Amino acid sequence: MPTLTIDGIQVTVEPGTTVLQACELAGKEIPRFCYHERLTIAGNCRMCLVEQEKAPKPIASCAMPAADNMVIKTDTPLVKKAREGVMEFLLINHPLDCPICDQGGECDLQDQSMGYGKGSSRYDENKRAVTDKYMGPLIETVMTRCIQCTRCIRFAQEVAGVPELGAIGRGEDMQITTYLEQAMTSELSGNVIDLCPVGALTSKPYAFTARAWELRKTESIDAMDAVGANIRVDVRGREVMRVLPRLNEDVNEEWLSDKSRFAYDGLRNRRLDRPYVRKNGKLQEASWAEAFAAIAAHVKGLQGSQIAAIAGDMACTESMTALKDLMGKLGSTNLDCRQDGAQIDPSNRAGYLFNSGIAGIDEADAILIVGSNPRREAALINARLRKRYLTGKVKIALIGADQPQLTYKYEYLGAGAATLKDIAEGKHAFAEVLKGAQKPMLILGQGAIARADGAAVLALAKQAADSLGLVKDGWNGFNMLHTAAARVGALDLGFVPGQGGKDVAGILAGAQSGEIKAVWLLGADEIDTSKLGSAFVIYQGSHGDAGAKRADVILPGAAYVEKDATWVNTEGRVQLGRRAAAPPGDAREDWSIIRAVSEPLGHKLPYDNLGMLRRRMLELAPHFSGVDKRSSAAWGGAFGTAGAVTDAPFASTVADFFLTNPIARASATMAECSALARGAAQPKTGTHD
Amino acid sequence: MSGVHIAPPELQPASFAFTAENLELAKAHIAKYPAGRQRSAVMPLLDIAQRQHDNWVPQAAIRYIAEMLDVPVIKVLEVASFYTMYNLAPVGKHFVQVCTTTPCWLAGSDKVLSACKKHLGLNPGETSADGQFTVIEVECLGACVNAPMLQYNDDFFEDLDEESTGRILEALKRGEMPKPGPQNGRLSSEPLGGATTLTTFNPAASAGGNDD
Repeated sequence: MPTLTIDGIQVTVEPGTTVLQACELAGKEIPRFCYHERLTIAGNCRMCLVEQEKAPKPIASCAMPAADNMVIKTDTPLVKKAREGVMEFLLINHPLDCPICDQGGECDLQDQSMGYGKGSSRYDENKRAVTDKYMGPLIETVMTRCIQCTRCIRFAQEVAGVPELGAIGRGEDMQITTYLEQAMTSELSGNVIDLCPVGALTSKPYAFTARAWELRKTESIDAMDAVGANIRVDVRGREVMRVLPRLNEDVNEEWLSDKSRFAYDGLRNRRLDRPYVRKNGKLQEASWAEAFAAIAAHVKGLQGSQIAAIAGDMACTESMTALKDLMGKLGSTNLDCRQDGAQIDPSNRAGYLFNSGIAGIDEADAILIVGSNPRREAALINARLRKRYLTGKVKIALIGADQPQLTYKYEYLGAGAATLKDIAEGKHAFAEVLKGAQKPMLILGQGAIARADGAAVLALAKQAADSLGLVKDGWNGFNMLHTAAARVGALDLGFVPGQGGKDVAGILAGAQSGEIKAVWLLGADEIDTSKLGSAFVIYQGSHGDAGAKRADVILPGAAYVEKDATWVNTEGRVQLGRRAAAPPGDAREDWSIIRAVSEPLGHKLPYDNLGMLRRRMLELAPHFSGVDKRSSAAWGGAFGTAGAVTDAPFASTVADFFLTNPIARASATMAECSALARGAAQPKTGTHD
Repeated sequence: MSGVHIAPPELQPASFAFTAENLELAKAHIAKYPAGRQRSAVMPLLDIAQRQHDNWVPQAAIRYIAEMLDVPVIKVLEVASFYTMYNLAPVGKHFVQVCTTTPCWLAGSDKVLSACKKHLGLNPGETSADGQFTVIEVECLGACVNAPMLQYNDDFFEDLDEESTGRILEALKRGEMPKPGPQNGRLSSEPLGGATTLTTFNPAASAGGNDD
């Protein structure tokens, strides 16, 4: 382990550490543009120059491996002068347009020029001008500002796995572009905006809407997929201006998917901002009291078995707890959270978690993906898979209906249950790979179990996990990949059919036959609402989507960034989302709506504030107390039901990455992305605007 | 002229493929590199494509080569746009590259350029209306000892002045091929006016067969 001296401080570092990293360990801040911890080293900006004793000239610390007995100085006049020289060269061609630049106020170049920039320029020639490039509906480009750090190129190639960005030309004429200015085809493309140290790549939807310093920043949790990415929501007034990722090494590292980042404009459109009651076949605006009266009139007096509740994919655990309690008091056991009809066994927690954790992917050495397209279902988990793939220490195989373009190579084994059966019974070659692996992993997607024979497929997966040794000491490689942010929390709370209760299919059938007379949809829009028959439908949610269209009473709720809520991601990690903005109009936090309805229904719920409700949640799911922790589950018992499986191929449940939930469907940005991905819209070519 | 000059879409052919002969050549180049490193062959392949396609590389060829080498298209475009030797837009049949880097400039490359203007009517970066001649300014071509110089297609014409440049260009216009190399009478890069050292040295008489 090399020991080196940095400004008189001795540090010992791991072999392979760079001088820059060693300086950081010694508490010395090194300015940089091209260097980024998660990308390969380019060494082209030269801003990180430091002085090394006995070296003839300053060294680029990001590209120099730390060696024993090095003596590094980071604060000498020579270092300052060298960095000032670099800065002067960078500023030769960089426009001084900070007042009209979206990066202004949060710009690396702006910040560092305060430390190393001269007050005036010695450059009298013409500055370089570069035509702007089209990179799709998400990324605004002002390429004259580019300092050619190549972070975006390296991100696209290494992390996103879509090597579409490149630098053409040379020297002064070098320009960053996509091939023939096509839109980037990555669902992680927004991250290049964060990576860009200057204002060359900025957010197109956010362009010229706000300044960094006038935004109120709230740390929250994303609910667009089941990853539970950590986000920061930036709000001005009551409007969400943008969503940015937050660092969490165990979940999203520092990346965010485009849907999570850019669907926020959906928070402004198609909002339910007041209660509605259907009168004479038409939905009409109503007061809360009228809405509650309508509910009481239709629900009071019904038997428990005639009432049902379905929780949607973005329902928070607080509201589901309240609704479950209310249903319990009404005597109903017809409640379900599995809109897609996934045959999950809620009684065995290890049977529905991503047990090895998202970070566990970094250790896996054999991965079998079954019935899932992780790129569309959980883009950040896909990025982890790619990260592991790039180490070359993992074998990946896939069973599914088609052979999707993931961002890594995999072995395609087959389309459906027959192949999984062969593997579970050890008759398939890949079974040997899993058996021989130290940390084998099975990723079971909803596409494999959201079908009639789903329980049998789940049993097969369990059989495979046992027979191939996926679960061993300190390692549980049985992973279910969920697509809904609400799902694991709902299963943990037991928002599933109780004794004699009906599941989603049963509820819809009951509603059609008239057996079920009232259905409460808690943000449930992904069910076939045409099958609700003549049932009285209460829709509680934030957006006017499929559920609200069919509803008889609409209760306006809060979207995921508008409430304090607890989320449980696919790996069972409990995380607290915080209220960043107020819900619009009369809309309220969802649990309080249910609490309010409970009184006119004659079954007052025993919690008056969030704290009391959360204590009730801890009764239902004690592990909710471990916030930010991944509460694992013991492996054991059985889940799934052994039985016959059909030949139908495992198709991913997410057909369109950009349009999976009501917020995304209300977003113009997502609509544009979706159209582009489907090839419906021709990308603009050449310069624009 | 700044930036990369890529031919507009209307000039781009829809498809490109190597001739059978060139395909063999390309395969021979690819075979020089170990498995998994075929991308190293990108430069010779671009050169073959350029020679096959009227001295310029169309985008179809860039996609064709990217597919052949299994690399992203943008990576091939990066290489093709980095090196000035690859033309990404049509050039004249007679492609004249005049070196204007410091040694040539000091030795009179301005005169060479003015001869081009006089005899062809072309400024650097321009192509004649009939598509016969293109003149461009290039950086050092590595013939400083014979400065100033120009490269005509694959040949170097060196030790130029305004008169000799004009002579060469006029000959090219007539469809003749003047003799490449130094134009002031010296042999390759020997001193003008003959050798000044080793004048008495006789290789044939030298024992031990020193080839110097």
